[in-house]
Amino acid sequence: MSDQTAHGTVPIACSINGRAYSLDVQVNERLLDVLRYRLGLTGTKEGCGEGECGACTVLLDGLPVNSCLVPAYQVDGRSVETVEGTDEQWAAHLHEHGTTQCGACTPGVVMTARWLDDTNPEDLSVREALAGNLCRCTGYRGICEGIKATLKARQQSSNEEGNP
Amino acid sequence: MKRIEGISKLTGRERYVDDLPLEGFLWGATVRSPAARGRIKAIHFGTDIDWSQFVIVDHRDIPGPNEVAMIERDMPILAASEVRHAHEAILCLAHPDRHELRRAVASVRVEIEPEEPYLDFVAEPTQSQIQYGSDNVFKHIAVNKGDVEQALAEADVIIEGVYETGAQEHVYIEPQGMVAWEDDAGVLRLTGSLQCPYYVLNALMHGLNRTAEQVRVIQASTGGAFGGKEDYPSIIGLHTALLTLKAGCPVKMIYDRGEDLAATTKRHPSHIRHRTGFARDGRLLAQDIDIRLDAGAYVTLSPVVLSRCVIHAAGPYQCANVRINGQAVMTNRVPFGAFRGFGAPQSHFANERHMDAAARQLGIGPAELRRINLIRDGQQTATGQVINDGTDRVGLLDDALSRADYGRLREAHRAFNASNPYRRRGIGIATFHHGAGFTGSGEVDLASVVNVAGLADGRVEVQVANTEMGQGALTVLTQIAAARLGYDTNDIVIAPADTALVPNSGPTVASRTAMVVGFLIEQACDDLQAGVMQAAACDQRPVGAHLKQAIQIVVSQTEDHQPIIGSATYGKPPDVHWDEATYTGSAYGTYAWAAYVASVEVDLRTFVTTVTDFVAVQEIGTVLNEGLARGQIEGGVVQAIGWALSEECLWDEQGGMSNAQLTNYIIPTSCDVPLNIDVGFVENPYAYGAQGAKGIGELPMDGPAAAVLNAIADATGVNPTVVPMTPERLMELLVPNE
Repeated sequence: MSDQTAHGTVPIACSINGRAYSLDVQVNERLLDVLRYRLGLTGTKEGCGEGECGACTVLLDGLPVNSCLVPAYQVDGRSVETVEGTDEQWAAHLHEHGTTQCGACTPGVVMTARWLDDTNPEDLSVREALAGNLCRCTGYRGICEGIKATLKARQQSSNEEGNP
Repeated sequence: MKRIEGISKLTGRERYVDDLPLEGFLWGATVRSPAARGRIKAIHFGTDIDWSQFVIVDHRDIPGPNEVAMIERDMPILAASEVRHAHEAILCLAHPDRHELRRAVASVRVEIEPEEPYLDFVAEPTQSQIQYGSDNVFKHIAVNKGDVEQALAEADVIIEGVYETGAQEHVYIEPQGMVAWEDDAGVLRLTGSLQCPYYVLNALMHGLNRTAEQVRVIQASTGGAFGGKEDYPSIIGLHTALLTLKAGCPVKMIYDRGEDLAATTKRHPSHIRHRTGFARDGRLLAQDIDIRLDAGAYVTLSPVVLSRCVIHAAGPYQCANVRINGQAVMTNRVPFGAFRGFGAPQSHFANERHMDAAARQLGIGPAELRRINLIRDGQQTATGQVINDGTDRVGLLDDALSRADYGRLREAHRAFNASNPYRRRGIGIATFHHGAGFTGSGEVDLASVVNVAGLADGRVEVQVANTEMGQGALTVLTQIAAARLGYDTNDIVIAPADTALVPNSGPTVASRTAMVVGFLIEQACDDLQAGVMQAAACDQRPVGAHLKQAIQIVVSQTEDHQPIIGSATYGKPPDVHWDEATYTGSAYGTYAWAAYVASVEVDLRTFVTTVTDFVAVQEIGTVLNEGLARGQIEGGVVQAIGWALSEECLWDEQGGMSNAQLTNYIIPTSCDVPLNIDVGFVENPYAYGAQGAKGIGELPMDGPAAAVLNAIADATGVNPTVVPMTPERLMELLVPNE
């Protein structure tokens, strides 16, 4: 075999959507493929396989990454969040604003939005944060408005919870 | 009403073809031509691969004719002895392991005896480049109205221009994909990402030599299409099916982005020449238009694309003398095919840029020149179709100008430009139209059939072959049926787009679904109500809760509780007459009309153009669902801005796409486009569209490129004539000597 270096497995332990997994992954296996083809978490999509389109965005230790560019063995000891582990309130909010059309970019968009919600970066607009999530259907207005409204609603409800 | 499948998509639960559960399957892949044109001399299988582990399919494994059944049957399913374009499919391979499969594809070497390819579609082919007829032109279309030569001789001013547009890739975010398997009854089933299940069915029947009962095509959720999943799924579908038949197990074929970009269809490149006679006061006297489209290596849908291109070429204007000559020319590039707009974006780009160039030469404002010439009711299009729809096209333009604050902005831009050392702002207009539904006699030939079924529980199932691909068809068709029957939308079910379950209601193309298919759904609903009325002996036509109850009773009284069916078949509206031989008459049942205004800022240091504001006003009959309609317009405008400014297919010496990556085929991101597109709808119901709707999906692709380049012209004073107007091209115009 010409690419023997690409063979062999590595044992990893990680958390995916809060659940602990122990897996033997191929050294050349992508996180995206582990999620989709081994664990059946098919919400995460492959759009380009080269880190340009963002359809495969997941949160790795809380940071948005293109899972097509992450070798699965690097996830050892770390935590992954995907669209399947996302509170359904997100979908309900985004649904109000035409945030999805064909849906192929949508799971990645949702994960970028969750990162915005988690980190609330002051120097980054929703529009800038979404520059790594290509959408071919919406023209982005519906996505940006949906996320802004969702972030606002989530902030309000967490404020209310904080001040009973 | 919100998008029906919205929550399913937002939660990631929606299943696309690569998400469907599948056991015991092989992955499929394709070995492609390295050369633009030549004879296949030999195929060498690398010695580093254990080929006994692979299923290998070539042209000899095809049960039927080696032809992809489309308009013509010139394209082979797998090249047998010759190749006509780089990346043409030659072999298909299948293996359980995707990595092994990639290695195997890379290890096959196809030896080609090269022949001289024809790659520059504008140049006349040399003798050795001729592959069709005497000049490679396989389709001519001519429109002749009045006497162009005499009118040009009498015109005060003659203005000429040449306009070019490049190939555009669809970049649906979900690449092409198919799964095929044979079921226990020996029926070959195919499911995948596709727009037109019956197109794929026909291609499978022909190529696999099977009857309609021996094949079944089921659409999976489709992650964007834009025309790119109109014709191509027949090809990947056949490849997947052939592998399945040989392997005896399910096969899944999913293109990666590189293969999808390199091997699948794109928007036709165009070269359009205008020679136009004007009166001194700005009236159009004669339009002489030559169109040449690069069709690529096979016919695909090019004759119909050319047809739409020709019919829209004279724009939404009144002109007594029009001559249009259109040619589709066969080259050795990847076959060009359907893409949102289908020839009209190329035409409108050329015509609307030309109108602006003319306005400047005539010394008449660009808005005023359009006001003078926009077609009025009672006047005729280039094909002699009398427009009499009551739409105020001048009012539409004035509405767009007013929303854009056109007059004030023009002044403000002038002041800004005079005071800024390197930034230039400008504003541009495009007025245009889009024929809704199939061209000419197309809808009559399709003879679409729609069924609606009253179910045992009283709900009604809409049975159509039209597909959801992000545009909102499921939602809008549900709304149409519910409104017609007086039903709650929750009591309407849309049947899966499965050729075993739904009749052929025609393809999901040409902005026809809501208008034409929706109208048929209304008629089928009427038929259902009439049937229920008769069966239940009602006094009056039942609607709403009464209808639901009556359906329950009627169905419960039949043997096996079979649903009660209402049906409708397409019938031509009475005033539509089209003569294909002379290209005269009603090219379309109706048109959508639009006026767009773009504002840009050009940076003279980087030559980057930024679209800062955009106004899109259109008359589309009745707006069925404002949220979805707005999404269609915004998305179409942004896709067209990409075509106008950044999306460029680059070609290698074998004519293949050399930038087949999203890294360097640049589609707009959220930071590249205005998020404040001002979308305006003017409603004017159309008598033969569902609830008065006309087509909408393609219209927004037609106007933005011209509006944006007109704005660049306004900002900088240059005359840009090529799409995409990349920074490199603009630099050449602005600093020609450097």
